[in-house]
Amino acid sequence: MNAPDRALAKDGHVGAPTVRGEDQRFLTGRARFTDDVRLERMAHAAVLRSPHANARILGIDASAARETKGVLLVATAADLGDRRSPIPIRLAPLPGLERFLQHPIAADRVRFVGEPVAVVVAESRYIAEDALDSIAVDYEPLDPVTSIEQAMQDKALVHEAVGTNIGSHYHVSRGDPQAGFAKAEYRRKERFRCHRHTAAPMETRGLIAEYDGAVLRVWGATKVPFFNRRVLAKMLASPESSIEMIETDIGGGFGVRGEFYPEDFLIPWAAMRLRRPVKWIEDRREHLMATNHARETECELEIGMKRDGTIVAMRATVMADLGAYTRTGGGVAIARVPQFLPGPYRIPDYACEVFALFSNKTPVGTYRGPGRYEANFFRERLLDMAAADLGLDPIALREKNLVSAAEIPYDIGKLVPYEGPNAYDGGDFHSAYRQALAAAGYASLPRNGALIGGRLHGVGVACFTESSGAGPSESARIVARPDGRYEIYSGVTTMGQGHETVFAQIAADELGVPLSAFQVFHGSTAYVDEGWGTYHSRAIVVGGSAVKIAAQTMRDKLIAVAARRSGLAPERLQLSAGAVIRVDDSSTVLDVARLARAAEEGDAEALDATHVKARFDIKMRTYSYGSHVAHVAVDPETAQVEVLSYVALEDIGRVVNPLLAEGQAVGGAVQGIGATFLDELVYDASGQLLTGSFADYLVPTSTEAPPVTAILLEEAPSASNPLGAKGAGEGGIVATGAALANAVANALSPLGVKITALPLSLNNLAASIRAARRKK
Amino acid sequence: MIEPREVVLTVNGERRSGPCEPRMTLVDFLRETLGLTGTHVGCEHGVCGACTVLLEGESVRACLMFAVQADGGSLTTVEGLAPAGEMNDLQRAFQEHHALQCGFCTPGILTTATALLRDNPEPSEDAVRHAISGNICRCTGYQPIVRAIMDCARRRKAEKRAGGAA
Repeated sequence: MNAPDRALAKDGHVGAPTVRGEDQRFLTGRARFTDDVRLERMAHAAVLRSPHANARILGIDASAARETKGVLLVATAADLGDRRSPIPIRLAPLPGLERFLQHPIAADRVRFVGEPVAVVVAESRYIAEDALDSIAVDYEPLDPVTSIEQAMQDKALVHEAVGTNIGSHYHVSRGDPQAGFAKAEYRRKERFRCHRHTAAPMETRGLIAEYDGAVLRVWGATKVPFFNRRVLAKMLASPESSIEMIETDIGGGFGVRGEFYPEDFLIPWAAMRLRRPVKWIEDRREHLMATNHARETECELEIGMKRDGTIVAMRATVMADLGAYTRTGGGVAIARVPQFLPGPYRIPDYACEVFALFSNKTPVGTYRGPGRYEANFFRERLLDMAAADLGLDPIALREKNLVSAAEIPYDIGKLVPYEGPNAYDGGDFHSAYRQALAAAGYASLPRNGALIGGRLHGVGVACFTESSGAGPSESARIVARPDGRYEIYSGVTTMGQGHETVFAQIAADELGVPLSAFQVFHGSTAYVDEGWGTYHSRAIVVGGSAVKIAAQTMRDKLIAVAARRSGLAPERLQLSAGAVIRVDDSSTVLDVARLARAAEEGDAEALDATHVKARFDIKMRTYSYGSHVAHVAVDPETAQVEVLSYVALEDIGRVVNPLLAEGQAVGGAVQGIGATFLDELVYDASGQLLTGSFADYLVPTSTEAPPVTAILLEEAPSASNPLGAKGAGEGGIVATGAALANAVANALSPLGVKITALPLSLNNLAASIRAARRKK
Repeated sequence: MIEPREVVLTVNGERRSGPCEPRMTLVDFLRETLGLTGTHVGCEHGVCGACTVLLEGESVRACLMFAVQADGGSLTTVEGLAPAGEMNDLQRAFQEHHALQCGFCTPGILTTATALLRDNPEPSEDAVRHAISGNICRCTGYQPIVRAIMDCARRRKAEKRAGGAA
């Protein structure tokens, strides 16, 4: 650790804006990302992918590729023999989705552009890619399914054997929606659409696998290495104990990276077959066509209200395009849309019908805030429309319907088929909302289409809740070393969040040593007995809590040893600067480094106190909440939108490191702002992906990223974990589509522009403005 | 495949050479042949800026150049911004402002900003944003990166003034 011990919060390291110790290796070019791993005799793989959205494979001739100088292996489905089982579901086992699993390599049918058809391993990446060109595949193209509408029609089928494109269809509800709507004095129904896009982390996927005849080592595990090891062991019919997954530095995850993909089988399999290390690094084109897509969802949403704006009922039909196969987390987003549609509002009577659909597009998975970004957009847009219909102030309308602090814990019912009932566990939604409006200076912002310098100004708000802290558990292990260092081992992975610093902060407070004493190891399967990885903003909530418990356990054990050896009562002892000291005169009773030395020399009591394991089992989800406020100016002639200010406020319970938490919030917000205006995965009618490069798939750059004010509240520490923390990774992004769509619609309200779909791209917005003008 | 030829570069002040097929990109030569893995590959089509290095002091995309085109040239990569084990003032500013999360884009942004601050020691925020607009970062939202670069420029100016006064 190189983090200076400074800027301590008044009660210790937790809460201090500590800069990151891990930064130095990234800033000096000495980090080790997946592609930086180099092994002796390493060969390089490239994957041949389907150029068709839907086609039968009539034959594959790989003879020329096999004869190419430098090619070591060409494998198609036929070469995999009995090693052909589908990739299982990790999360969100919605009923029916298990019928649409993907095999690592296509056998007689391809179902999306980018599906693996063959893998080539050669002496160099250049030769492997050359060889791909010489593989002749005879395809018989079939009609593709490329839209939610086509999928619902069930004419062309993505999986004939299943007999339908409707992978899962179910209803969830709470209260009595029919009775609720009977009470409504006003109703409004709208159909909304959220566009297909993806996370696009800077580092593409990649793997290195090496097999020495006994142990298979796989570098590049990033998200859930223990789960992925379980899957790989089963698919290879090898014991888990013979496989080691090794985490490297990771260039961003955001949900898409680190799930079990076809290559996670193919590359280890090739390494075992060749008895040579094999590296595969995805290129950007492959990434955009083969790594999980996300968010493509349509929603028919109806709201029932009293004339005064009190919401009495809501009902929805949601339809999501899951692509060609069920990925490991393919069902998560569509399962979460119904859960988060009611949001932070008091909506007693609610029902939702869900259709999870399959198409001939890239399979989907989770992307930061899965289902939340979509649901918040649908609901918050409709609330503004309803406010306009009723002649009510949209700010007051939300104020009226937010769940009050007195109603917390607020039962949200059982809205996810594979989970029990859930409840918002703490907080004051009104307080967060008011503080966000105040921070944005809402009262004095020009809005409602105010014309200033030729541009129309608008303000949009959105309120949200966000769950975090997926269970069941997380492991941590702390080892005190004779040289005064402490090693923390965790079962979570890290993709740039700064967990090394945060875990050191948590442990430092318990063990009374400086941050520089800690070294944090994470992610690899050798470090702890079992780990659950990093997703659903769980790393601090669950993983950090495990570290806290391990550190507390070590502290207690060290004091107990000192008490036994000195005959002093434990209450008279405390840990300070690497030693157990007497509270009364600060004299040293037991030196921890010396005890660690004794442990290494076989002292069992010393070993027990200096090598500590802990596991934290989390019993409930925890919900953060907040509000976003966007102020925009829109040029009605060019449809150009400038985001003048953006406030993203979230209560995340106890903030362990405000510098890093703010970084998550700002970064998430800019990702979402970009997603709302720019990012879009576009397909043509034949199922070809038209956005296969960063020249076509646009992410925000420094000149498009607007100023974002991130505000973190700590008004409601979570009772779900000993840190009191709630997830901080996703609140920045989840309400961006909602707040921005409302802001742009508010700016364009004098023109009568109706906004029901994302993205708010120049083309889409210009078309909406033209359509509104034609109507007038 | 055309036979490899020897490419000779001065990288971070050191003479480095290795065999190189004419079609090998500069970034692959740096990473694969010379083992300088601090320079990253993010898109291979010149958009993301992760592979930015300084060739004769000018920022270039190492994925859009063949190594043979750089033969005989002088290069600076992220590894050469400060002596081993140390960080320069720009790198320290990035740490202080939390201007990196995953760190994958960071080397390209550091080299780009190095060239900017040399040519324009007192850049406006607009100038900084413009200069790094060819470097994609997916984590930070750019805000802390802009702050770090501006802060580094301010401190350099203050130091220069203090040095001038002394």
